[in-house]
Amino acid sequence: MHTAIDHAVSQAGQIILGKERQIRLAFACLLAHGHLLIEDIPGVGKTTLAHVLAQTLGLDFRRIQFTSDLLPADILGVSVYDRESAAFKFHPGPIFAQLILADEVNRATPKTQSALLEAMEEHQVTAEGETRMLPEPFFVIATQNPMHQIGTFPLPESQLDRFLMRIELGYPDTRSERALLQGEDRRSLIAQLNPCMEIGQLVALQQSVRAVHSAPALLDYIQSLLEFSRQSPLFDCGLSPRAGLALLHAAQAWALMEGRDYAQPEDVQVVLPGVASHRLRFARSESGMERTSPAACLLDAVDIP
Amino acid sequence: MTRRIKIDNATWLLAGLALAIAPHAARLPVWITLLCLGVGAARLFSARLPVRGLLAAIAAAAALGVYGSYHTLLGRDAGVALLVVMLALKLMEIKSLRDSMLAIFIAYFLVITHFLYSQSIPTGLYLLLTVAVLSAALIGLNYPGKPLDTRKRLRLTAVLMGQAVPVMLVLFVFFPRVPGPLWGLPGDAYEGLTGLSDSMTPGSISKLSQSGAVAFRVAFDGSPPQPGQRYWRGPVLDSFDGRTWSAGEKPGWKADPVGVAGKPVGYTLTLEPHNKRWLLALDLPASLPTASSLSATYELLADAPVRQRLRYHAVSHTAYLAGADIGAAQRRRALRLPPGYNPRARELAVSWRKSAQDDSEIVRRALALFRDASFFYTLRPPLLGENSVDDFLFNTRRGFCEHYAGSFAFLMRAAGVPARVVTGYQGGETNPLGAYMIVRQSDAHAWTEVWLKNRGWVRIDPTAAVSPQRVESGLAAALPEGEPVPMLARLDSAWLTQLKLAWDTFNNRWNQWVLGYGQERQYDFLSRLGLEMASWKELAVGLAVGVGALLLAFSVFMLRHPKTGTADPAAVLYRRFCSKLARAGVVRKPGEGPQDFSRRVAGLRPDLAARVNTISKLYVALRYQPHPRPAWLQRLKELVRSFKA
Repeated sequence: MHTAIDHAVSQAGQIILGKERQIRLAFACLLAHGHLLIEDIPGVGKTTLAHVLAQTLGLDFRRIQFTSDLLPADILGVSVYDRESAAFKFHPGPIFAQLILADEVNRATPKTQSALLEAMEEHQVTAEGETRMLPEPFFVIATQNPMHQIGTFPLPESQLDRFLMRIELGYPDTRSERALLQGEDRRSLIAQLNPCMEIGQLVALQQSVRAVHSAPALLDYIQSLLEFSRQSPLFDCGLSPRAGLALLHAAQAWALMEGRDYAQPEDVQVVLPGVASHRLRFARSESGMERTSPAACLLDAVDIP
Repeated sequence: MTRRIKIDNATWLLAGLALAIAPHAARLPVWITLLCLGVGAARLFSARLPVRGLLAAIAAAAALGVYGSYHTLLGRDAGVALLVVMLALKLMEIKSLRDSMLAIFIAYFLVITHFLYSQSIPTGLYLLLTVAVLSAALIGLNYPGKPLDTRKRLRLTAVLMGQAVPVMLVLFVFFPRVPGPLWGLPGDAYEGLTGLSDSMTPGSISKLSQSGAVAFRVAFDGSPPQPGQRYWRGPVLDSFDGRTWSAGEKPGWKADPVGVAGKPVGYTLTLEPHNKRWLLALDLPASLPTASSLSATYELLADAPVRQRLRYHAVSHTAYLAGADIGAAQRRRALRLPPGYNPRARELAVSWRKSAQDDSEIVRRALALFRDASFFYTLRPPLLGENSVDDFLFNTRRGFCEHYAGSFAFLMRAAGVPARVVTGYQGGETNPLGAYMIVRQSDAHAWTEVWLKNRGWVRIDPTAAVSPQRVESGLAAALPEGEPVPMLARLDSAWLTQLKLAWDTFNNRWNQWVLGYGQERQYDFLSRLGLEMASWKELAVGLAVGVGALLLAFSVFMLRHPKTGTADPAAVLYRRFCSKLARAGVVRKPGEGPQDFSRRVAGLRPDLAARVNTISKLYVALRYQPHPRPAWLQRLKELVRSFKA
């Protein structure tokens, strides 16, 4: 079954060059039933990645550009009076899609952000007193620009925690850059992409992620990571139980993509930077730690039992 | 399945505090004990706390109460009382974890104060128990999460205290012993020390004789002298006011030179503190211990009151000639008698003087009087009237050594023979287990010295004339049946004596090596370790280095043997495999996954790649796959055993 994923990954790799690890992480995140936050400077291919994911997985895709004047109703939808039927009729907003790209999510006001985040957590939308279920599967890929800009509303920690992973793309290496410069227009390439799997296949994959065996020794390792992040004075606050679950599920998804029916410590280590980097922060007193990331520091400090 | 008892932290805390306070209860005013009990009961049965203002008022009243009981807030007793009261009241405002911790630390401090009163082995053991209970409470308070099961709590306490032992030993051996106490104990700390006094009234020594407390222990360099020679010289009393013999004013002359004969007797004496200056020495001391002097009446005096157990070496001569030629002042002083008093005794003495040829004959006649008339040696003499000597010599004729010595000296002086009373100890019990002699307070004795021409000061023990057994065999043998003999001086059944002596041997070792481990012993011990004459500054450095080294060794041990908590045989095998690789120079980082490590090894040592890969794969399969087969473990075991890097 994982051949389908391999295929999807290689297909995405032809468009976003030299970023195989990030692409795999993004797939793992979606397979683990999580939402993805991509954080990087403009122009490195955040939106392209989201497009590619949607296209290869064959998902119904909508993009919402977040701006400071965006209102919750612009996302969720509004009821408009229909003269013919003499009743209010609900016009679903762009959120009613299988994959949402929330572009520059930190530029919207907190009110609008929280409308999105509620939808992410509950997989349902409450508008005008009525609760409507969102389609299944439902993914949100949000992007944000890390450079502090005037007029943005950074997501608070509590909302960052809703994203299973946060990844950064970074600049391409020289070879990829050259290929990019010489190659065709990305946009037209995306248009040519064929879906690699059906929706049913994707849902089945998501279910088999949960079935990936996690041995007691692996759970021990995850627990020591969590314990260390909570006890160590290095960090402001430790990883939450939700972060622990995210870590396990992401590791299981990664193991599945590797073609294994069991997870091993390396899987945890691969996904940990993505899962933990937006949840862990060095305590203010720990100066001089800027060179390493909190996640790398955590991996170094904790023994594999 | 053992039943698990859970005792909550509050109960442990209360128990620890109760243990820490309990021994003080006997020494504190009753109201403090009642206050502690009341507060304890209130905390045990009610969760309510008093209002802050009320508590402050109670605290102020209690402080006043302590002042009222002791008329001071300073010093040992008042200080301890204040500490106990405040600790008890702290119990009434324990709300947070911090309060509990504070109470426990005050209690630790209170534990130390017990040593101001007693430093014996039972005290030490009791306080060890107290510290254990307090530590158990402390561990419970700091244990995260659910309440601690008692067995685990006790195990943690034992581990904690066990870990403290090496540090304790290093501190004990190397902590610099500054000459003299590091800080002065409060002045009232030495009350209640028993011992000889500088005056003697009928009854004073017989009272002392009831005490079984050890006065000193002595180890002879060679064989001990005969029992009849074991007179331990203490304060000399040469001033009589009609009833009391006392040391009187300081004499104006210096000690006369002493002529000696025979073999000297050397011995090491460990004197229990008695808060007076005199040191005991076998009659008559020839060499002086450090920081001491010989008085005009051949008393050995320390430069300062003996407030700590003192160990010294001295040499004495049992055959001596002291004061062959005494000055007029000394002679006058040795003949002084208050006017009036005891007319019949004076009359008798004057009659001896008239008929006797010389002083020696007077001495003989007096001794004959004690021997031939029906005198009784008893610890329970009847009360004497105003003319105590007359009363004793002619009416009651029942007395203890001070009666005999006192009246004998009176008779001598009345007859014109210079005489004085010497107090000290006579005899001693040999402890064959420890090869030393124990001299107890019950061996306290008084005898006389008379000055005879050409013979100088001669020791005369009138008690020996009445009861020779006293000198030869000790107090218990000399007393008639039915007299109350002090517990430890009794001639008991053999096993009880054995037990008693064994305990004393143990106690003596404790005194010598634990309590008596002062500056000299420390130098002695360290020079045996090759640390010749370390100054206390060097010791302090040594101490820091020693403790540091211990802690370092401990942390290295902890780091090298990380507690993984898994007994998975596969993990054990894999660790063995990793240490084999580490010896070959390929060290696995603690956070490195087995597959990553295997890949890294393959890069570094391509020759090992295949085997390392197989082992790593097997290990991962055993550890992380859903249903590992037992055969894999066997295979891993073989592979790891045969693996050579």
